[in-house]
Amino acid sequence: MMIRVGIGEYKAAKSPAVISTLGLGSCVGVCLWDGGTRIGGLAHIMLPDSTISSTNNFNPGKFADTALPLLVSQMEDLGANKKRMVAKMAGGAQMFETKFELEMMKIGKRNVDAVRKILSQLNIKIVAEDVEGNYGRSIEFSCETGLLTVKSVGRGVKII
Amino acid sequence: MYSNFELDVLKEIGNIGAGNAATALSVIISKKVLIKIPEVLIVPLGEVINMIKNPESFVTGIFFRIEGDLKSNCILIIPEKETKNLLALLLKEEVKDLLGLSEIEKSALMEVGNILVSSFISALSDFTKLNLKISVPSLALDMAAAILSFPLTIYGIMGDTALLLSTEFFGDSDGVVIDFYLIPDDDKSFKKLLKAIGVDFIDDDDTSGNRRI
Repeated sequence: MMIRVGIGEYKAAKSPAVISTLGLGSCVGVCLWDGGTRIGGLAHIMLPDSTISSTNNFNPGKFADTALPLLVSQMEDLGANKKRMVAKMAGGAQMFETKFELEMMKIGKRNVDAVRKILSQLNIKIVAEDVEGNYGRSIEFSCETGLLTVKSVGRGVKII
Repeated sequence: MYSNFELDVLKEIGNIGAGNAATALSVIISKKVLIKIPEVLIVPLGEVINMIKNPESFVTGIFFRIEGDLKSNCILIIPEKETKNLLALLLKEEVKDLLGLSEIEKSALMEVGNILVSSFISALSDFTKLNLKISVPSLALDMAAAILSFPLTIYGIMGDTALLLSTEFFGDSDGVVIDFYLIPDDDKSFKKLLKAIGVDFIDDDDTSGNRRI
């Protein structure tokens, strides 16, 4: 069973489900896994911090600080134990090289830093990652094995 | 957010920009260039990926930052095969692998993008009298979804729904296709465009009949 996660969404599932998201550019795909229950989750994070949102009524799945705690509780609702959870992440690239100054161009790196910070606050260890660089990635996360498959154009397939 | 009437006006403004851009493109490639009627797409961010025809396909993306009275991002997407066709028209040479493009080939693509987007934006600026500044182009050769999602993240700060003005340029026989997307930083940006040409409403309720133009 393949579960698709869109931009700014997060979903949790039980083995043998595979959770995927396409076309991570500056966005970061964060996968959490409890190997004891084989419950996994994936969040497609667009932005680092919900305090930059210009509205109060926003989709919490977009931001690292709001999406990750929600993904953890969605997994706990399925029966996962937070103490056993580990994380893998991919994405956070800078897609366009620019000759002009625009802080937003570096949003990929800021997303990666924010995910690290939030996961450390949640006491969840990052066990594997394929982040930054200048290319896009599509990912598939197996709830059965906890393995993350990372595909990119012209760079083959990586399993981490 | 926008009434149907406002959306129609935005499409028409898009049409003026696209017409100007198509003329400029046809001069550089010495071919006839057609345009699709511009669309204003309002899509929940989570569904944007479904909107792209082949999200994982390899494409050329050319990005421009637009500053001034209409802060926005503009992106051109050219599919792999059509990028090769375009390079063949521009440089009279056959390119096999887009990941191994030379600096000259990359500049040629960026220059076409530059001419296209500058013509679009200058027509918009002439028509609305808004002050619009356009950055130099930036190039990326990668997955369509990864390229298009970048300007959407900036829009994501403001809302959960993406707003895109899109059109397509295509040669009638020589396989050139360029998709054009203009994505404002926030949903008030396009209101400015409407206001600049005198479309101003007492309220946004399309059914009230209380329109004032």
